[in-house]
Amino acid sequence: MNDMTQTNLERALKIVGSRPARPDGVDKVTGRALFGADKSLPNMLVGRVLRSPYAHAKIISIDTSKAEELKGVKAIVTSTDFEDFPSEFVPNGEMVVNMKDITRNVMAREKALYVGHTVAAVAATSEDIAEQALALIDVTYEVLPHVLEVEDAEKPGAPLLHDDMITIGIEPAPESASNVAKRVEFGFGDVEKGFSEADLIIEREFTTQQVHQGYIEPHACLASVSEDGQAELWCTTQGPFVVRNFCSKLLGFNAAQIRVTASEIGGGFGGKTVVYLEPLALALSRKSCRPVKMEMNRAEVFTSSGPTSGAKIWVKIGVKNNGQITAGDCVLKYQAGAFQGAPVGPGAMCAFAPYDLKNVRAVGYDIVVNRPKVAAYRAPGGPISEYGVESVIDEIAIKIGMDPIDLRLKNAAKEGTIAPYGPKLGPIGMIETLEAAKSHPHYSAPLGPNQARGVASGFWFNIGGETSSSITINEDGTVGLTLGTPDIGGSRASMAMMASEELGVPMELIKPIIGDTNSLGFNFLTGGSRATFSTGTTVVESTREAIEELKKRAALLWEVSLDQVEWFEGHARLISGDEPKTMSLAQIAKQAGKTGGPIMANCSMNVTGAGPSLGTHIVDVEVDEETGQVSIIRYTAIQDAGKAIHPAYVEGQMQGGAVQGIGWALNEEYIYNEKGELENTGFLDYRIPVCSDVPMIDTVIVEVPNPNHPYGVRGVGETPIIPPLAAISNAVSRATNKRFDELPLSPPKVLAKLMHG
Amino acid sequence: MNYVVPKTALEASKALVQEGAFALAGGTDLLVKLKTKFVSPSMVVDIKQVPKIMGIEATADGWWIGAATPCAEIVEHESFCKDWPGVVEALSLIGSTQIQGRATLGGNLCNASPAADSVPALISARGTCIISGQSREREEPIEKIVTSPGVTALEKGEFILGFKLPKPQSGTGDAYLRLIPRSEMDIAVVGAGTTVSVDKNKKITSIRVCLGAIAPTQIVLDGLEDIFIGKEPDENSINKLVSIAEAACKPIKDKRGTIEYRTKIAGVLSKRTLTIAYERATNH
Amino acid sequence: MSKTHVATHINGDSYEFLCNTQQTLLDVLRHELDLKGSKEGCATGDCGACSVMMDDRLVCACLVLGVEADGKKIETVEGLSTGSSLDPLQQKFIDLAALQCGICTPGVLVAAKALLEKNKNPSEEEVRFWLAGNLCRCTGYDKIVRAVLEVAAEARNT
Repeated sequence: MNDMTQTNLERALKIVGSRPARPDGVDKVTGRALFGADKSLPNMLVGRVLRSPYAHAKIISIDTSKAEELKGVKAIVTSTDFEDFPSEFVPNGEMVVNMKDITRNVMAREKALYVGHTVAAVAATSEDIAEQALALIDVTYEVLPHVLEVEDAEKPGAPLLHDDMITIGIEPAPESASNVAKRVEFGFGDVEKGFSEADLIIEREFTTQQVHQGYIEPHACLASVSEDGQAELWCTTQGPFVVRNFCSKLLGFNAAQIRVTASEIGGGFGGKTVVYLEPLALALSRKSCRPVKMEMNRAEVFTSSGPTSGAKIWVKIGVKNNGQITAGDCVLKYQAGAFQGAPVGPGAMCAFAPYDLKNVRAVGYDIVVNRPKVAAYRAPGGPISEYGVESVIDEIAIKIGMDPIDLRLKNAAKEGTIAPYGPKLGPIGMIETLEAAKSHPHYSAPLGPNQARGVASGFWFNIGGETSSSITINEDGTVGLTLGTPDIGGSRASMAMMASEELGVPMELIKPIIGDTNSLGFNFLTGGSRATFSTGTTVVESTREAIEELKKRAALLWEVSLDQVEWFEGHARLISGDEPKTMSLAQIAKQAGKTGGPIMANCSMNVTGAGPSLGTHIVDVEVDEETGQVSIIRYTAIQDAGKAIHPAYVEGQMQGGAVQGIGWALNEEYIYNEKGELENTGFLDYRIPVCSDVPMIDTVIVEVPNPNHPYGVRGVGETPIIPPLAAISNAVSRATNKRFDELPLSPPKVLAKLMHG
Repeated sequence: MNYVVPKTALEASKALVQEGAFALAGGTDLLVKLKTKFVSPSMVVDIKQVPKIMGIEATADGWWIGAATPCAEIVEHESFCKDWPGVVEALSLIGSTQIQGRATLGGNLCNASPAADSVPALISARGTCIISGQSREREEPIEKIVTSPGVTALEKGEFILGFKLPKPQSGTGDAYLRLIPRSEMDIAVVGAGTTVSVDKNKKITSIRVCLGAIAPTQIVLDGLEDIFIGKEPDENSINKLVSIAEAACKPIKDKRGTIEYRTKIAGVLSKRTLTIAYERATNH
Repeated sequence: MSKTHVATHINGDSYEFLCNTQQTLLDVLRHELDLKGSKEGCATGDCGACSVMMDDRLVCACLVLGVEADGKKIETVEGLSTGSSLDPLQQKFIDLAALQCGICTPGVLVAAKALLEKNKNPSEEEVRFWLAGNLCRCTGYDKIVRAVLEVAAEARNT
């Protein structure tokens, strides 16, 4: 990989860094683009899901006989139609998954573990008939006591979700089962000694609520299994290869039997990285030998997909009067939902990662509760832990009378810092984003009455992973790119731009498509901010390989040795010779048939060397002290992108992440009643920010190149959701002179704090 | 599910008398209830072609607003907006631009939600509604319609044909405010509609404050005349208003707000709407 | 039960279709007429992804019964472009990267066009409140609002 960095960073870039139109733009503004629910097949059935009405219940029996007799019902599946697995953890991006749990989450087996847990599924000739059939399925439950909050779930005597769950990570291992799946710890140094050296210690507990990714497109898929067992699956997903692997395991298919084609994806943010409907639709189609289409409605998306954790966290930071942090300590307790796998590991790893600390410890607990199993959500785990740490940092700044940016600068992580989770950091942009924040006009702008300004930083690792893509040179000189990571926010454009930059041909001549699972080697999903970094790396590598081939063909045509040919601005060029000689890519491509056949190249690798991305956000809020309403008056997001391939889409990530964070901070929360039923299953009461809730989101892209990418790219998608939580809480705290330690900062909660302290 | 489009009020009433019949105006509540299977009508009676039920017009003594007129059309009516800015504020808050294109005053009232935005404003403005039934038409004050959440005083076969608002006498102002967590797209946690009239000396001659979402039905505050009539509002009288508003609250705790919060906000919004309405009255 | 016959105009063309009375206009557009540009994000009028014009009023197609479309004029995202010319809003959304995943885009474009037909010179605040019923989870709305304001400004200058 190192040889790929070459001289790119010094070379004058023509395409990378510009803002061309995205290749799929016209499809998406005309309604032509096909999303998960937009495809149909002849003879198609409609699939619907029977879901548990109970938060926790033993399934005694399921009788589907009456439903099967209903005219128009073609297939019914229950847990007996899916394989069972022993417990085994496998990484899935920034999360860890366990097939034993996945099969139970896809279809409840022994117990239903949350309201909305799938119990059976039906395929019928119409939606009405499918709904009638669901009503005819007779499930006998034994209702069990349930538990929703981590502080209740960890108590001795709490209702146990899994009788055999022995906490991992505690020595010696506990003898009895509990709802605490796992304990993790990161850090080094001696925190007690660090605290003893501090002039000031701040210690505080924080609460955050469960929130959902809130993608506008509900989960949807269309499965078609033929009589000979060949399966086609069309679905909205961040990772068609991941879907293929999950589904083939769950259904006992081999990988080649299932071809997964990713539809256009209407938002994911981590929520479309696991499977829900897809194995059901395949199982129903296998039984009926007819195509089966399934869509979740909005309420099902909220009750039965994978939101992220609510949490209880405790943070303690010690500091010298000069702002030097002497120790940082935190304990994080995250809801996992019904099965273990809360993102508490990454939460603990990055809690203190923006800082260069000598003594640091982060302990995390992964706790199961009767809520839907959490899935990844944009920097999974990071916003929660960093909200706590960044809030305490702000409180320290006030107490010691130091500017909050100066306090962060004094302790900022930099190249060579040992990260709290172990490794030595390469070049990172914490200092650069803080300095950009400090010199931004926003930071010194005057504030109005009842207004205050908050600041917070955020750290996220980003990932690489298995990636495969290919490039074909067409006979007319145009270029095809086949990519394996779905385009959620403009990645076709950035891939075509990198290929264009390398080849020296206009981007309009390059056509990127997202391949299906039979067209490329395994691709890990679009997630972990990895697409532009990882897929981009393979695109650059395969393009360079294609260029080598193009040079070879030119050498053949010119009857010179390869070393006599160089590539320059879309042309092969003879290095030495009596007169300058060039041959365009199109001319070479036209003669490819007689120089050895079609020209294509591919690159498949496990991409490593992702660069962490740091961000610092500034927010001005206004608090109505009579009603507790918080308005966002001004917002600036600053982030290290390494290198922005298409700056408009980098800004878009920063703006979108910031506004998701604003929602998390101000109004979004899962609200359960005493029966364990989710009360706000629609966008009316699950309050994501609307257009009139937010101002323009100013952006500053800082570029501290990642040496492990040919153009210096760092992932940018996840970091921007981290700082808003603390930045807003800090601003509200400063506006009211009360320290807020609970999200969301909804009007009733803010007013209650103002009234009662 | 049968779908009928009656051309006269009588046809509509006859259809609505049938078991399982539901009236359809803008559909912004009914279609949600259909989708979520909250109701399963045997018949939907689309009343939008009944004469007089669509449109807004000035009458000899005030205004006629057809019960099925989309809010977006009412908001575009300049002279009505000038006469009853508070009513317009309220009805323009019923949902998004898209909802405004369909939502109606008749539907907002008959949905019988304690949180309906237009209802407190219409009550404070002393609006009435014309109810059409099989044998007669009747006129009722708006506060008589909603009897409990989801329940109205309409009899079988009756529907609301339209609303009457008086021409505001000189020196009248109204205002509506609601508290929602976001800036748009929410159901009122508390709503307050206030109408006041003043004489040439800016002394209050009449006052009506109606609160929504703080009790099973909208509540008209009692006892304000003694405090405000013949005077300009001052700190003392406004504090009394706040106390009366808070005391009138019999709210529920739900996903949208606590009892304590709703009670506190009832006072705040009463005060704020009075201030706006009084300002408008003195400039009217 | 038997279906109901409906005759309507969509994007300037006459359409006839049969539908169940429970079907919404959105169901009909997507499933009976194969006009898949209008999206279903919630089916309860809360997200705006199915925004269409009906007799020149902006509505959520999920909150209109298919049978109500009889005799009406419907305009959807599929009718925004003319021949091979995109509507200025469509072009500006591409130029300014005012879409990421694109699922909300058809509804946002229909709503934005309705605004600009009514108000040639909207303020940022007017754009934001007009579009408050169109949820977008990707963009943070910034580039959407800028695109609408730019198209309005360019239309005024030509």
